[in-house]
Amino acid sequence: MKTKGRDWKKAQLLLHHLRPAASALLLGMGASLLLTLLRMAFTQVVRFTVDGVLLGDVSSLPAFAQSLAPGAQLAGACALAAAIALGRFAVSYVQDSRLPMGSERFTKSLRDALYSRIQRLPYSWHVQHAAGDIIQRCISDVEVVRAFVMDQLLELLSTLFMIVTCVVIMFGMNVKMALLATAFVPVIVGYSILFYHFVSAKFVKADEAEGALSAVVQENLTGVRVVRAFGREKAELDKFREKNNHYTDLWLKLGDWMSAFYTLGDVMSILQVFSIVVLGVHMCVGGEVSLGVYLAFVSYARELTLPVRRLGRTISEMSKANVSMDRLLYILEAEEERTTESPAEADLHGELRFEHVSFAYEEKPVLRDVSFSIPGGKTLGVFGGTGSGKSTIALLLARLYDPDEGRITIGGVDTKDMDLHTLRRSVGIVLQEPFLFSRTLAENIAITKEDASREDVALAAQNACLDASIGEFRDGYETIVGERGVTLSGGQKQRTAIARTLLSGAPVMVFDDALSAVDAKTDEAIRTRLREAAGGSTLILIAHRVATLMQADQIIVLEDGRIAESGTPQALLETNGAFARAAAMQAAMGEEAQA
Amino acid sequence: MSEQKKASFSLASWKQLLPVLARYKWPLVVVIVSNILLAGIDLLFPLLQSRAVDDFIMKGTVAGFGGFLLQYTGLLIVEIVLLVAYFRSCMKVEMCFGRDLKEACFVNLQKLSLDYYNVTSAGHSLSRVMSDTAKIAEATAWTFPNILWALAYIPGVYAVLLMLDARLALTMIVLAPLVAGFTVYFQKRLIALNREVRAQHSRITSGYNEGIMGAKTSKTLALEGKLTHEFEEITSKAAAAGIAHGRMRAIYVPLIVLCGTLAASATLGLGGSLVMGGRLSIGVLSAFMTYALSLFQLFRQMAMFISGMVSLQANVERVADLIHKQPTVVDKPEVLERYGDCFAPKKENWENMRGEVEFDDVSFRYIEDGEEVLSHVSVRVPAGGTVALVGETGAGKSTMVNLVCRFFEPTQGRVLIDGRDVQARSQLWLHSHIGYVLQEPHLFSGTIRENIRYGRPEATDAEVEAAARAVHLDRIAAKLPCGYDTDVGECGDKLSTGEKQLISFARAIIARPAIFVLDEATSSVDTETEQLIQQATKTLMENTTSFIIAHRLSTIRQADMILVIEHGEIVERGTHEELLRLGGVYHELYTTQLSKQEKNIS
Repeated sequence: MKTKGRDWKKAQLLLHHLRPAASALLLGMGASLLLTLLRMAFTQVVRFTVDGVLLGDVSSLPAFAQSLAPGAQLAGACALAAAIALGRFAVSYVQDSRLPMGSERFTKSLRDALYSRIQRLPYSWHVQHAAGDIIQRCISDVEVVRAFVMDQLLELLSTLFMIVTCVVIMFGMNVKMALLATAFVPVIVGYSILFYHFVSAKFVKADEAEGALSAVVQENLTGVRVVRAFGREKAELDKFREKNNHYTDLWLKLGDWMSAFYTLGDVMSILQVFSIVVLGVHMCVGGEVSLGVYLAFVSYARELTLPVRRLGRTISEMSKANVSMDRLLYILEAEEERTTESPAEADLHGELRFEHVSFAYEEKPVLRDVSFSIPGGKTLGVFGGTGSGKSTIALLLARLYDPDEGRITIGGVDTKDMDLHTLRRSVGIVLQEPFLFSRTLAENIAITKEDASREDVALAAQNACLDASIGEFRDGYETIVGERGVTLSGGQKQRTAIARTLLSGAPVMVFDDALSAVDAKTDEAIRTRLREAAGGSTLILIAHRVATLMQADQIIVLEDGRIAESGTPQALLETNGAFARAAAMQAAMGEEAQA
Repeated sequence: MSEQKKASFSLASWKQLLPVLARYKWPLVVVIVSNILLAGIDLLFPLLQSRAVDDFIMKGTVAGFGGFLLQYTGLLIVEIVLLVAYFRSCMKVEMCFGRDLKEACFVNLQKLSLDYYNVTSAGHSLSRVMSDTAKIAEATAWTFPNILWALAYIPGVYAVLLMLDARLALTMIVLAPLVAGFTVYFQKRLIALNREVRAQHSRITSGYNEGIMGAKTSKTLALEGKLTHEFEEITSKAAAAGIAHGRMRAIYVPLIVLCGTLAASATLGLGGSLVMGGRLSIGVLSAFMTYALSLFQLFRQMAMFISGMVSLQANVERVADLIHKQPTVVDKPEVLERYGDCFAPKKENWENMRGEVEFDDVSFRYIEDGEEVLSHVSVRVPAGGTVALVGETGAGKSTMVNLVCRFFEPTQGRVLIDGRDVQARSQLWLHSHIGYVLQEPHLFSGTIRENIRYGRPEATDAEVEAAARAVHLDRIAAKLPCGYDTDVGECGDKLSTGEKQLISFARAIIARPAIFVLDEATSSVDTETEQLIQQATKTLMENTTSFIIAHRLSTIRQADMILVIEHGEIVERGTHEELLRLGGVYHELYTTQLSKQEKNIS
């Protein structure tokens, strides 16, 4: 029952995305079937010409042609053949242009659906899933499903149609010979299915070996500095060689199987034609069939050969699509973020409160009963060591996660009641490892505010101390960064992300250790400008360095997910708490000099 | 084929790969010979068919049919043997040639200097090693012999046709230039359209890359709708490109088929009247029709094979370029002679390293005519000394460290290790004595233990754990389900940056280096842990020359020597106290910020 539901879901998936392709596919398929009939008809013209005209057996001709002179009969046959040829051309055009059109429309629909779904899946989903695997699904599995629909399903249909038509015509011509010719069909199909079933596991293994080889190369390339600095080239080569040889050997073995299979398949196909020749010659000589019929049989048997052999492969490869569809459904069925119905309006510049917030990640408690508040437009410092839960504050604030207990309000409204899109646009988070998109620097900075003027962008860049770096690029603000452009240093990325958030003018801005890769002088320069640049926005600075938080209006200190102390920086320094101890330690270590 | 293709097709890069292919000379010979023989057999089958018609059916006798069957069977057996030989040899050429190309690429990648890696993305190199080589090997094994097959088969068909009946062959001779003309015309356009299809596909791939890898950031910026909309534009363009390609193909392929069926129709008419006049046998006519229906498809196939080979040009160039690219940092022949290369070191000739490092009037620029990143740097660091490099991003700190590691050669001047020019000994000798910790740590797939051991493969488990304890990794390992045997996940995705830094620190410690290079080694580790590490590694580092780049002055204060670098020059040098007394750049940096801090606190 369960697999049945699953299959139904897969069918629904296909049907849904086939909808935009339906008209093109139906037309293409219709043309394809008509084409099969025309091909068969051509052979029949040859048959009647040989028997009725060339061998002079007028009675075998259709009635209307019997009274014509032999020359006219021949000319008529020739003209008919040419007409069929022209018809085939026209119908082929329809088939060959419509089927790719359907294929493209189908894949577009599927690809768009995947992309859109992935964008709308919750943050936690992205944390739990490796990007490489998801990308792989979107590229390879989509291709497998496309091949399933376009190559396998459609080919299955047209091959079956062809076999049926062929069989009907053959039995119409001569039962004995038809029996012989069709007897081979199930044998060859069955043989192919069995074989592909047998080797498919080996194919999977070979593919995995290729993946393992690729992973070794990838790691070697990205870790080149480590490999060199430790002088491990030889070991790397050994590792590579082992995987490379293994992969090659698997394919060579597979090659042996394949060569045996292909050859045996060839033998069967040739035997099919061969046996028709032998039987046909004897029957012709015995006067049981005419020469034209014999020639038509040879020609049909030959036309059947390849499609029938491909049929076995097609059928056995269809199971691949099953796995791929599961892998795609896994993404398409993942639960999207819930949108809030009839969202509440809120003054996002208002007071920000955490009320008894607790949160556990994968059953590990991260925040426990955290409560604090900060008036709008003020600066809150969040201090804590690695693993204290301080970054989680930012994630909860933007509702990238929802708290297990307690609530978070801005301007008195629970963030759960707000429109998610508006909330996220209003809470500008700068992550420690920000991602830049493949476009120009200016476009990256203005990504949430496309109508920003040149001056606004330049001002934001200046406030993030990015202007000097931009001046060093040949194309300045038009420098393309990201995947298909210049690779920026960690510090440059962080500063671009800061500029991006500053420009957005979000009412709440969160900097989560956002300057970790920036040098000391720049770090300080940015921080002194930050309050002013942020305007009336509420600022949250998350850090483990005391100096970073000295300008905050208020600081909360997190230890093991709990608020250990809170107050103004000055007040905290006067106590003997964790913040004061860290300040003393960092002062002693000269940390403050680096500020 | 067309003039244009000939012009763009150059054999020079192919020739560079020939020595590798030459190893599989014999399988390749088998491929070519068996393929040409197969072409001959394919030619004979329709002739046998015509004999069956003329000698038996038309004569109404089966006398001599046994001999005919024997010929037919003999031909079948030869064909089977040839097919097996052909298939297996093709597979062998494809897989072994591909394997050797991959290895040649990989070997050279281990030798290429970091200037190559600085300008080449890992993805780019990966696709050269994996996909370019595979495409070349596949085409060499399958496509290239098919061109030879078509080159043998097409003239073969014409020879047979002329031999059978010159009058009937005329139709197909007349149509041949027409078909060739169509093929050239359409193939050119199809190649251009196909290029567009592939370009759009690679845009889809990078669209997914960005959409998935940047998903966390796009969530925080609420960009989902905008990005989805942009992606839909890309897929629309890709669909349009695919449809345009399909349309063009939908004219070309049926057109070639049309030529064949028209030729067969004409043959039927012309041949039919010859048969009726008793001047041609029906068997020959049927053979003619068989040839006519298949002949022009071969033109198309050959065009496909040839364009396949031509489009391979770019792959071949990329692979040949990678295999033959010369590294910029090379060991001299006499050095290789004595010390061995990175794959076959002669460790018996290696001296121990004390760890004294000297820069002797060193200048450096990354690109010729580029900006000087270091100018006239001279400094001597005694063995066991600790040097801190201070300066802004881009001042030249990392460059100095790169030169110590000999990842680049100085443009001018010398770097000396233990009093001898670094070029006088092999790179591997140097690297085997360096412990290197990067700000962005790279871990290999495997367990934490395996990653630490990467620094010294022969280290015992106890040594691995001691190194881990030194950087306080034991606390973290204790929390993990399998302790040190926890898998770090591909590229260490499952650990935080700070934890990864600790592992790579332990990896450097276990290597027992003579020179430590710490490039922002603990930037993502919290202050407390960092201080604990400092205390723990103090003794370890006492006898080790250390180069430290850090934003935190805590580490820097304790250095034996601080170098303040500005615009590629050492502007100040000395201990923390000396530099404070000097009242220069370092003093300013230190005091202005200190006073600010005090003001804040007070």
